[in-house]
Parts: sequence; structure tokens; C-alpha cells
Amino acid sequence: MKTHYNTIIIGAGPAGLTAGIYLARAKSSTLILDSGVAGGQMILTHEIANYPGIESISGYQLSSNMRNQAKKFGCDIMSGIEIVSIDFESTLKSLTLSNGKSFSADTIILSTGGRSRTLGVPGESNFKGRGISYCATCDGDFFQDKEIAVVGGGNTALEEAVSLTKYASKITLIHQFDHFQAFKHAEEEVKSNDKIDIQLNSKIVAFNGNEKLESVIVENLLTHEQYELRLDGVFIFIGYEANTDFLRGKCIALNERNEIITNEKLETNIPGVFAAGDALQKRFRQITTAVSDGTIAALYALEYINQQKQKTVTA
Amino acid sequence: MVLPTPLKHVETADHLSKIISENENVMVCCGRMGPMCVPVYGVMEELQDEYTHVAFYDMMFDSPEARAIRNLPECASFMGLPFTVYFKNGKVAAATSSIQSRSQITSILDKEFGKA
Repeated sequence: MKTHYNTIIIGAGPAGLTAGIYLARAKSSTLILDSGVAGGQMILTHEIANYPGIESISGYQLSSNMRNQAKKFGCDIMSGIEIVSIDFESTLKSLTLSNGKSFSADTIILSTGGRSRTLGVPGESNFKGRGISYCATCDGDFFQDKEIAVVGGGNTALEEAVSLTKYASKITLIHQFDHFQAFKHAEEEVKSNDKIDIQLNSKIVAFNGNEKLESVIVENLLTHEQYELRLDGVFIFIGYEANTDFLRGKCIALNERNEIITNEKLETNIPGVFAAGDALQKRFRQITTAVSDGTIAALYALEYINQQKQKTVTA
Repeated sequence: MVLPTPLKHVETADHLSKIISENENVMVCCGRMGPMCVPVYGVMEELQDEYTHVAFYDMMFDSPEARAIRNLPECASFMGLPFTVYFKNGKVAAATSSIQSRSQITSILDKEFGKA
């Protein structure tokens, strides 16, 4: 495998794979790196019915198609990697992986995507799959006639709380603010459901149990009083966050939500470093917008590479 | 009834018994095509070429035959898909519930079956 590429793309979701397809098809050497598996959050989607030209396809299949297309055009793809150090400020960009391998490139495209936010509360990782879930569709039927809690106050949390009433005998909806951040109709549906008990201004501060989750400690954020809530499960829907941990405190400018700041050419504050997809500071996050970002970032990256070559020739 | 993945599939409880009796190291991911399961299948698909001493299989959770996985004592406390079970010489060596990352999976494979 080569150690120098025209472009290294970090993140193999729809934005990164699209950028790879455009770059490799233009005969520009391209390495795509991903900490998980190719496809990003797209792989998690059961059915995609709004991707133009394809009536219906699973996220798994569309991911596989995009990955194969990128490889067919000549992209090298490495998944399951961890980046331990970066130097993006030099003209020659470089990074090192946890396995000790180092790579350099003329340009970088950051397409690291996002992930479901976790509470970060003691016990959360211990009880994942043993009472704590992040997917109502997947795990709802394990909680038939059981008491559960749903954490969150956005549309997803409220909609999933209502959907979980098909299974659970009682649902405590826990939200840290004094109001929901959801559509009115979703809020009304929750409020009119007898099985749902709403606890605003509250948060979970600990998960307890042995083999399975048995209770949580809930704190009222106004009075700071804590109480134990006995239950069998907790579903957590508190939004997404950008996968930019490895960029924090480094040279790339991020906003207060740790999303990457770019201009309309999808250039970051560092020359030669572009960004695309869900990790960007932007409003809409769809597969189609990620694909668009990937295209734009790739085309401007190609333009940047050519300009750098011309500068070298002129000099 | 099998899952639409490129992995090899466990079709029946008898098939599972045959697989674990004929292979020293077996990983079976029992789930649906949902957001917690699909990433695990993706990791398994990628690891197949690397861990050639391990037989990788998936199994449809909703098939009645999946009781062979669902009813294992090691899965008794599981309340999240997928149920992933690692068999060594026909016995359960490890089992996990819910989504697992590539590094979590390879750490179990390395520990129970040896590195690739």
C-alpha cells in the first residue's frame, strides 16, 4: 500500500465515499479511512426511499454499492482504524494510525459524520443491551408489560416514547429542560397518552442493577433532589454529535457544538483541508446532502491540487 | 428464513449444532436488519478475510429456530439486539448483547480465538 496520496478522506459514509468516487475517477490517488465500517450512519437505515433514482434500497445495500464503486475506481479503503496524530497545517498533510502506519497527502477531506449522543452517566456502558437501548424498533419487544423510561425531549424521543407504549406498561419520559423541543403534534400525543408520565427539569445521574438494569437515580434539576426509579429499561434519544473528537483542540476550526466550520467551497480554515457531510456546521443532514458535500469537496480538492502543481511549475 | 447479508447463515438449530461441532472457533450474530445489528454484520463481513481461523455466521432472530441462541443461559439477561455468541470447541466462550464496535469484537476474537 502507498504511503502518499493526492487526497486522504477521513470517514467512509456517503460524503466520504462520494468524494472518493469523484477523486479516483479523476485519476487522483485517494485513500479513505474509517474508524468503523464503510457506510457511516447510512448503514443503519432500514429502508431509504428518498434517494433519487432508487425507489427503495436498504442502507446496508446502498453503503455496499458506494464502497464497491469507490474501490472500482481505485480508492484504497481502510476501515476500523484509529488516528492518533495529525499534521494538517503543513503543505504536505500527514497522519499516523494507532497501528503505527503513517500516510501523507496533498489534501484532506474530513467526512467523519456523526453518532448518537450518549448520556455519559455511570453504569451506562455496563447495561447497554441489558436494559439500556438506543433503538426502539430493535429492542422494544423485549419490554412487553415492563416499566421503562425514555430520555430526551426532541421529536425522536417523543415519537419513540409513543411507539414504545405498544409494549411497555408504563413509560417515564425524562427531559432536562422545562419544555420539549419537538413538533406540537408530537408533544400533544405524548401528553394525551395515559401510559406516559412526564418528568421535566430532570436527568438520570446513575444506572443501577446486577445482571440487568434494575433502577435509575433521577435528579430534579430545580430542587436537586434525587430519587430512585425502579424500571426494566431506558431508551435514550438525545440527538447526534459530530465525530470530531480527534480534531478538538487542534488547528481545525470547530463551532460550539464541535461541528466543522467551512466556507461555501467546503474549505476549512486550513488551506488544503476540506470537510463534507454530517460533521459540518449546517442545518440539514440527509444522505443526499452528504453526497452533494462529498462532490463539492472533491472537486475543490482537485482544483487545489492542480493549483499547487501549477505553483510548483511556475516557481 | 435467512438474513439478507453476504455472511453465511445459520438456518436451523440442528445446523448450528453441526457448525459448532465442525469448527473450533465460531461467531454467530443473531439479529434483525436493524440499526443495532447491521453494523455488526458489516464488521463480521470485513473480518472474515482477516480471521480465517474463525467461522462467521448470522442468524435471523425472529426465526423459531433461533431459540438455539435466544435460550442460551449466557443470553438470559440480554435485552438488546443483536445477540452475538462466540463458540470455542462447541461451548460458549463469550456472548454480547446490542451493537458492538469493531474494536470490541476484535478484542473478544483475539482473546477467545487468538489473533489473526
